[in-house]
Order: sequence, then structure tokens, then C-alpha cells
Amino acid sequence: MGADFVQFSLTPILIGTLAAIACALPGNFLILRKQALIGDAISHVVLPGIVVAFLLTGVVAAIPMMLGAAGAAIVAVILIEAIKRLGKVEPGAAMGVVFTTMFAAGVLALEQADLGNIHLDIEHALMGNLESLIWFRAEGWQSLLDPQALAGLPPELGRIAIVCALVVILTLVFWRWLKIATFDEDFARALGIPASAVGFGLVIAAAIAAVAAFDAVGSIIVIAMFICPPAAARLMTNRLAHQVWWSVGFATLSAVLGYVFAGYGPLWFGGQNAVSAAGMIAAVSGVILAFACLFGPHRSRVGVGREEAA
Amino acid sequence: MGPFLDALFLQAGYNVSLVTIGAALLGFAAGASGTFLFLRKRALVSDGVAHATLPGVALAFMLMVAFGGDGRNLAGLMIGSAVTAGLGLLIMEWIPRRTRLSEDAAIGSVLGVFFGLGIVLLTVVQTMSSGRQAGLESFLLGSTAGMLFNDAITIVIGGSLVVFATWLMRRPMTLVAFDSDYAAAMGYDVRRIDLLMMGLVMAVTVIGLKLVGLILIVAMLIIPPVTARFWTERAQRVVWIAGGVGAVSGYLGAVISASAPALPTGPIIVLVAAAVFVVSLFLAPGRGVLAALLRHRRFQARVHRRQGLLALAAQHPIREAYTLRLLSREGLVRADGVPTDAGRAQAAKVARDERRWDVAREINQDAGLAGLYDGLTPIEKVFTADEIAEFDRRLGPPTAIGGA
Repeated sequence: MGADFVQFSLTPILIGTLAAIACALPGNFLILRKQALIGDAISHVVLPGIVVAFLLTGVVAAIPMMLGAAGAAIVAVILIEAIKRLGKVEPGAAMGVVFTTMFAAGVLALEQADLGNIHLDIEHALMGNLESLIWFRAEGWQSLLDPQALAGLPPELGRIAIVCALVVILTLVFWRWLKIATFDEDFARALGIPASAVGFGLVIAAAIAAVAAFDAVGSIIVIAMFICPPAAARLMTNRLAHQVWWSVGFATLSAVLGYVFAGYGPLWFGGQNAVSAAGMIAAVSGVILAFACLFGPHRSRVGVGREEAA
Repeated sequence: MGPFLDALFLQAGYNVSLVTIGAALLGFAAGASGTFLFLRKRALVSDGVAHATLPGVALAFMLMVAFGGDGRNLAGLMIGSAVTAGLGLLIMEWIPRRTRLSEDAAIGSVLGVFFGLGIVLLTVVQTMSSGRQAGLESFLLGSTAGMLFNDAITIVIGGSLVVFATWLMRRPMTLVAFDSDYAAAMGYDVRRIDLLMMGLVMAVTVIGLKLVGLILIVAMLIIPPVTARFWTERAQRVVWIAGGVGAVSGYLGAVISASAPALPTGPIIVLVAAAVFVVSLFLAPGRGVLAALLRHRRFQARVHRRQGLLALAAQHPIREAYTLRLLSREGLVRADGVPTDAGRAQAAKVARDERRWDVAREINQDAGLAGLYDGLTPIEKVFTADEIAEFDRRLGPPTAIGGA
């Protein structure tokens, strides 16, 4: 755990962990509301949003791109809702129509824009570049106290930290509303809670988390983090608060283990090159979910024996 | 226009024709096989299946290189993608059946995890000496231009088999899609039929992977069935219309893409399908938005017309502008709201029908008339002339309205 670690691994691990937590928190509620695939849809429509932002501003800068991505996510949510209502199409299919079409439009716009050597390609969008978010100016743990070195931290770290904090605060502030509106929408309305607004707000929060995480770690990890840690957590407990804590724990574990395996794993097997950290984080979260599915204390449906459930 | 027409009529050279026909066939197979998944409300299973192909592609490449072969052998890559897609499919089916997680959580986790694993393996492939130019990334977004004759043959044979199997299994699959409990009661093995449905979608995904890429093949599986559903209420027809929409999208998309540079085939095909979808959403008879709007307007007009006539019968003034416009257009009232002779006659008829209904309900108290009496259905449509004559006998002779 020397200077190398601080310089090359500390910031990617922190960024990965914060991204994973920011996604897993809203994921808990999305899973319970059977909207788990919203995360999938959002992460696909982020691409056209980023391309449009680039075409409008002509620069590769974080803020306009995040705004573009968030705008695209909101457009997608509205389109999905419109198709559902206007055409009486079931939610999954409406979602499928919207995100595949927007993704196709994004790919087309990317080809048309001929971005050439500008670092905005699809592979990057899918895989992220967690490995490259290193802290050049760090010389060891003491750099954490050195203002000059701290100024050289990757800007992605600040952005994801702010978004993660925002998601945490929103979850805490709206905890009771979220909880009631998630489990019993009619009861929530009877209590005077604006249940539809809570639902829409949740999706927007998820979109913000997805966009911020996408900026740093790419879209696969976003999809996996929205679903795998909360799903595994759901199989560990029957209480919502405990589930959220479990999901944060699983998200952190996935991010840390995934990064370590990706960076150092190949060396243990005699390889020389690291593998994709984002992919490995998703894979680790899958392994955790697999264990939860097989051994989680609350894995089967309530009131149904495991064999009967088959 | 020249290049577009050339491509449209297959005059733009061997390669373009190959791609065009291949895309049309793939579109047909995808639309038809995607239909049942859509009707079963599981459209997004195709998303999970498509993403689960990636680790298989990478593994197959590594295995083939390890055994000294050419890693780019399409058949080998397809087999590899089928293996992991099948595995993902089984997991997607297992999770909701054996745990309390819902179907969408299962789809999402398989999608994310398998894709992540695929990316990990791709980064390994890229570091292999023979992997650098492997072009495996093209499986993400497709590379239509590079389609060879053998690829086209694969699509033709595979696509035909899928369509044939869809046709063969259309009845049990329809039954399961609409009412799985009933299907189970009829003695069908619902689980096996579900797996078959997903298996067909998997086959199309594997076949189409090279052509349109794993993310956009999902669009070809979902958009045509949703589009087709607007045009018919019958499941059997949805299958063929969806196939047709898919084929047209594939054909037109490939043609457009061939007619200009920098128009990648996969996205163009998807956008053509999306355009057909939007047109259907608005213009389809019956389920389209425009038809629903017209229906609503007609209903509104009938309600206003009847209320207006009842008001005339009761000699109340009509203050509602829309009602007044409606009645004066039919020549039932003058511009100042005074009824014409025709208006008085119609009002008398409506008022009399109202009273006839009162009698009818009195006579047939337990015949369930509540649903029939909506105030808009003419009484002649519900009762025979003899029955109405009987109501009139009880009501007495008609009375004039409006003091004429």
C-alpha cells in the first residue's frame, strides 16, 4: 500500500465505489417497483445525449455532456410514458422501442459528426476508462494533505462524489415517501403523498446517477450496479433499511474487488496486461448475486417452499 | 436519387444486393420470432439474450486461436455466442422461478453481468497478438458492409429455420402468451414453450449479430411486433405483419445506407423501423392515436347532440356553444337557438325514447338493461318494433313540443 497504490489505484477505486453506491441506492427502489430495467434504458440513451451536446457546443467538456445526457434521459422517460399511454403498449416493450431507437440515432449521429480523433467513441462509452483516472501528482499517502497535489485529483472524482452525496441526501430526505409509495401507491395517495411525482423523481435521480457514473466508468457498470447489488441485498433481508445497507455494502465490495481483480488478477495468472475494470466490477457483482440466489436467507418467495416455487 | 434507386432495385452491385436481401430476411425472422416474446410481455428478454452473446464471442475467439485456428471463423463465433446466450437465457428463466426476484431484475442482472464479463474477455483478446485486428468490437454495433456470401447463406438458412419453427409452434406459443394458466390446464408444458420462445429469439440474435450488432438486434426483435400490434387484434396476423415490418425495415434500411457514405446500416435499419412504428402509432385504424381521437370526437358529438335535443324538448335554452353549433349545422336550431321544425321533431323523438326507456326498464326489471341504456344507443337497436309499440301503448299518444 505504498505510493504507487495512491497514485494509480486509490482514485479509480474511490470513483468506482462512489459510482456503484450512487447507482445502487435508487436501484433498491427501482427493483421493488419492478422498474429495474429503467437503468438499462437510461444508460443506452445517454449516448445520443452526449453526441448532441457535443454537436451543439463543439467541445468535449464534462458539464455540457452531462447536461446533454440528462436531457436525453428525461426525453426518453417522457417518450416511454407517451408511448405507453397513447398506444396502450406495455411498459417493457415501450422502453425497448425508445431506447433502441435513441441508441441507433446516437450511433448514426456519431458517425455523421465524424469526430475523428476526438476521444468520444462507442467503446469508451460502453467500457468507460476507470483505469485512466489516476492521480498523477500523488507521491504517497501524505499527498492527501497536500493542497497542491489534491488540486490534481481527476475531476471525475469530484463530480461523482457530489452526485453520490446528492443521491444519499435525496434518499434520506424522501425516505418515508419513497418507502410508502414503493410498497403501496394507493395508500401513499391516501396519505397525501404525491406518489406519481415520487416515482418520476426516482427515475430522474436514477438518471442523474447513471449519467455521472457513465462519465467515469461507462455504461455496463451502470446497468450492473443498478440491479445486482440491490437484487442480492433483497435476498438477504426482509427490511427495506437493511436491504439498502446490504446493497451499499455489495456495491462497495464489487467496486473494490472488481478493480483489484482487473488490475492485479492477470498478474497472478502470469498475464501482463490488466483487463477492463468496469467489466470486472460488473462480473464480481454478478458473482455476489449468484451466491445470494443460492444461499441468501430470504431468497424464496414468502409463503412458498423452495421446491414448490418451481 | 440515383444511388438510392439503384440500391432499391438491386442494381448497385453484388455486395449491396447481398446485404439488402440479407437484412430483409433477418428483419422478417426477427419480427416474426420477437412477436411471441412481446405478446408474453417479455420483450426485454431479447435485450438480455443479446448482451449475453458477447462473452461467448470472445471465448470462442480465444479457443479457436488456442487450437491454432482462425479466430474470426464466423461459425465458431456464432456457436460461442449461442452457448453463453443460452446460459444467460437459462439463468434469466431460473432466477424468477426459484427466487423472489422479479423477471426484470433477472433480465437486468444477466444483461449487466454477462456484458461486463464479455468486455473483460474482449480486453484479454485485444492483448493477444492475433486479437489486435480481430475486429470483435464490430459485434457490438455490427459491420454490414463486410458481409460475405457465406454470412448471407447463414442468415438465409438460419432465418428460414426460425420462421419455420415459429410457424410450427404458433398455436401453443399464442396460447402461452395470452393465458399461460389456461395453457397449463390444457396440458401444455408452459416452461418448455417459454424456453422455446426465448430460444428462437436467441437464434435470431446469434444470426443477426454480425449484421447489426448485439445492441441493435434488440430493436429488430421488439419494434416490429409492437408496430404490428397496432394493425390487428389477431395474434396470428401480428406474427406475419411483424415479419413484414421487419423485412421492409431491413430492406429499406440497407438501401438507404448503401446510397450514401457514413450511414451505418444497423442504426439506419432501426430508424426505419422506428419511423414505421411512429406512423402506425398515429395512423393505424382502430388502435392508432388518430382513430382514437376521432372516436372520442364522435362520441362527444353524440352526447352533446342528445343533451341539446333533450334541452329543446324540455324547452330549456341551450347555452353551450359547441352544442348549439352542432345542432344548427344539422338544421335543428336557428342561430339564435330557437328550434326549427326538424329540431322540434327530433327533440320529440328523443324525449319520447327517453320515456320509452322508462317503461322498458319498468317492464324488464331483471333483464340487465343497465348496460344497454347508455342514452346513446337508439331504442330501435335494442327492442323490436312490437316491443316499442307496446311501450307506446302504455305511454299514450305523442305530444307536440314547443307549443306548435
